[in-house]
Amino acid sequence: MDDFSTLIGGIAGDGINEAGVTIGRLFNQLGYRIYMYYDYPSLIRGGHNSSLVRASSRKIGVHRDEVDVLIALNQDTIEIHKSRLKESSFIIYDLDKVKVDGISQKGCGLPVSKILKEEEAPPIMRNTCIIGGFCKVTGIEWPILESVLTKHIPKKLEQNLNVARKGYDAAVEYAKIERLRQPSLPILTGNQAIGLGLIKAGLQAYVAYPMTPASSLLDFMARSAQEFGLKVVHPESEIAVVLMALGFAYAGTKTAVGTSGGGFCLMTEGLSLAGNAELPIVIMMGQRTGPSTGLPTYTAQCDLHFVLNAGQGEFPRLIVAPGDAEDAYFWSGVALNMAWKYQVPAFILSDKTVSEALYSFDSASAGEPDEESPVVWDGQGTYNRYKYTESGVSPLAFPPDKRAIIKVDSYTHDEYGITTEDGKITTSMADKRMLKEKSLASEMEKYETVKTFGQGKTALVCWGSNKGVCIEAAELHGLKVVQVVMLSPFPREKLKKALSGVDRAIVVECNATAQLGRLARCNGIRFDQEILKYNGRPFSLDDLEAELGRVLK
Amino acid sequence: MNPNDLGTYTRNTWCPGCGNFSILNTMKTVLASLNDEGYPLDKVVLVSGIGCHAKIVDYLNVNSFYSIHGRTIPVATAIKLANPDLTVICHSGDGDSLAEGLDHLIFAAKRNIDITLILHDNRVYGLTTGQYTPTSPLGFKGKSTPLGTEELPMNPAELMLVSGASFIGRGYTHGIDLLKKLFKEAIMHKGFSFVDVLQVCVTYFNMYDTYNKRVYEVKDNDTSSFDEAMKIVRSWDYNSVESPIPLGKFYDRDLPRFDQVFPGYQPHKVDRDAEIKKMLESFI
Repeated sequence: MDDFSTLIGGIAGDGINEAGVTIGRLFNQLGYRIYMYYDYPSLIRGGHNSSLVRASSRKIGVHRDEVDVLIALNQDTIEIHKSRLKESSFIIYDLDKVKVDGISQKGCGLPVSKILKEEEAPPIMRNTCIIGGFCKVTGIEWPILESVLTKHIPKKLEQNLNVARKGYDAAVEYAKIERLRQPSLPILTGNQAIGLGLIKAGLQAYVAYPMTPASSLLDFMARSAQEFGLKVVHPESEIAVVLMALGFAYAGTKTAVGTSGGGFCLMTEGLSLAGNAELPIVIMMGQRTGPSTGLPTYTAQCDLHFVLNAGQGEFPRLIVAPGDAEDAYFWSGVALNMAWKYQVPAFILSDKTVSEALYSFDSASAGEPDEESPVVWDGQGTYNRYKYTESGVSPLAFPPDKRAIIKVDSYTHDEYGITTEDGKITTSMADKRMLKEKSLASEMEKYETVKTFGQGKTALVCWGSNKGVCIEAAELHGLKVVQVVMLSPFPREKLKKALSGVDRAIVVECNATAQLGRLARCNGIRFDQEILKYNGRPFSLDDLEAELGRVLK
Repeated sequence: MNPNDLGTYTRNTWCPGCGNFSILNTMKTVLASLNDEGYPLDKVVLVSGIGCHAKIVDYLNVNSFYSIHGRTIPVATAIKLANPDLTVICHSGDGDSLAEGLDHLIFAAKRNIDITLILHDNRVYGLTTGQYTPTSPLGFKGKSTPLGTEELPMNPAELMLVSGASFIGRGYTHGIDLLKKLFKEAIMHKGFSFVDVLQVCVTYFNMYDTYNKRVYEVKDNDTSSFDEAMKIVRSWDYNSVESPIPLGKFYDRDLPRFDQVFPGYQPHKVDRDAEIKKMLESFI
């Protein structure tokens, strides 16, 4: 067994996400690497939610369409997902709520309501009960489930264990998931990896207004504030968010904010202020399906050019797009370091897929984004907040500093930070900002801002969340994968090098206009073909395979 | 400290006779006296929005953050949260804080965050050459309302009182002594302080004659009484041409503050690598 997929479905409020995480943890205990795609509509109660947990002996970053086990808490789960069943699939269902008439696959109904009644358990424990049954069906030994529940669901533990045990005992054995000889890894969402990477690199404050798919980062930061010594603020609007972040930066507090497209629209005026006032800020932009409200809980890569161009005027910015949890951890830290070293806005361009998917996290391969020092004033002479330097970066000072008066300004300003309309200074300050971009680009040379995987005359070119699907599909077809991690400053030479020897480059994106393709063209690089998906759902491995079958003909 | 030492090298571009000069001079005096009384100015940060008022930060040689239109409060709030030892003073205009950035102003009062906002309330947009603002009287003929406005003015002092501000006062740019007293008390007050300054724009809305006839200073009022403060702030609605205009301190309470209760955990006290390792282990 090298590839095992389990789908659990029910209504919103059934705890489907947490149930999926629990299933992921069970496989994790057996040494598997997991990936979970969580699909949910924009509502609180009702509707259909599903968690698709894929387990493999190797690192994975994408789901498959077919499932080996389908767990149905309601009838909808059967109706919506029966196309995922193969001949060997097994169905576990709530006897009282689900009918499996006309389904040829083997299955096992559990008396969930009866068990809950016996244990006087609340309805939310239906998923604990059915996961108990799942363990029996897949040959996962009871002590493993017991330890997972004990560690991760300490609330009402005894009752949970009783309910799970009865579910376990009521089910039948069907398969045997073998234990692998490799260590278990932490399993976390992309947003949690982003949070930890920022914290590792020295984050001191996080400010955000809730918006899917960034809300879970705010929740994580707020929950972890005390452990990590963070100031976490949820103010009145995204406008307040970005301005607060700049106030924090002025006072020397390393700050990040998080949002999605609509919230980022409100931040753009503050973004431009950050550009002109040269205040460091990290913005986690979690893309979702647009335009406007679009599909709030579904994915897209449709805001690359918005983020590249947001804000009036010309100023440098760093944009990195992590493709999985390891990337998220490492590059979020890099973003914070670069924001402060070059006093520029730095973006972590994520999407619903990366932000909310669950990954096995291998910290050894992620790399450690250790905190780096910004350029700090040496205290000599008069302090000039916008002093001209060779790198374009002016040394920082923070109030209170008895030796310095620190003036930042949204207007065009002189070196001291006082407003001016002088043409010469206007040119010099614009040159200073452009010089910072050059210095930033040159520092980024040492990073692997374009990654390649495998070899081949044909390459799949991707950014962000399509990394996992491209790598796996490319292996099956003997292709090369080129992942563009940094989108600004654009790593043109590295991309050219990655594509040398490639006859055919196919760009794979979750948008309708091939935005990376357009950005590459602006930099004199043309891709030969496009595979685009923009229905709000991420590519499954099977989706991309089918597309490749068509394109590679 | 000589208040005149607090100036900068840049040329002042306010119109001759502008009420902002009184506010600038008052600030110089107040800041110098704070410095002399043991509140060093390196701990003071001024934040301004955009408008004629905002130029004041270019004219005062003190730490400053020249922000964008309507956005003094969020900047000032974060500076205070980053370092509660700093004294943070916002200079804002009526268009700035009451139109573009009204939500922030209400939230500052709601949070009772320990910062001060001085409202340069000239009741007209000066820098954009003469349009009505939220405090312009009904029928005000500005460039965007040539037939006169069709809306009643807002009463910012009343709004601040009901929103939770714990210090509310009003001054007038012809009345430096009161301004000095109000600014100093507002800055020293712990909690959100709001000072409405009737600042005359000589070019687009010259109210000197009207104000000179009608302003009076309230005395012996109970500044701890919400009801009494409400009565005073409602006695002039920014529209009436007859009622007297009260000046002075209307409200002054010691109330719970956001900066007091905010969990400002200090990062340097935490061994982050160990905490990250611990958290990752908890995710297995």
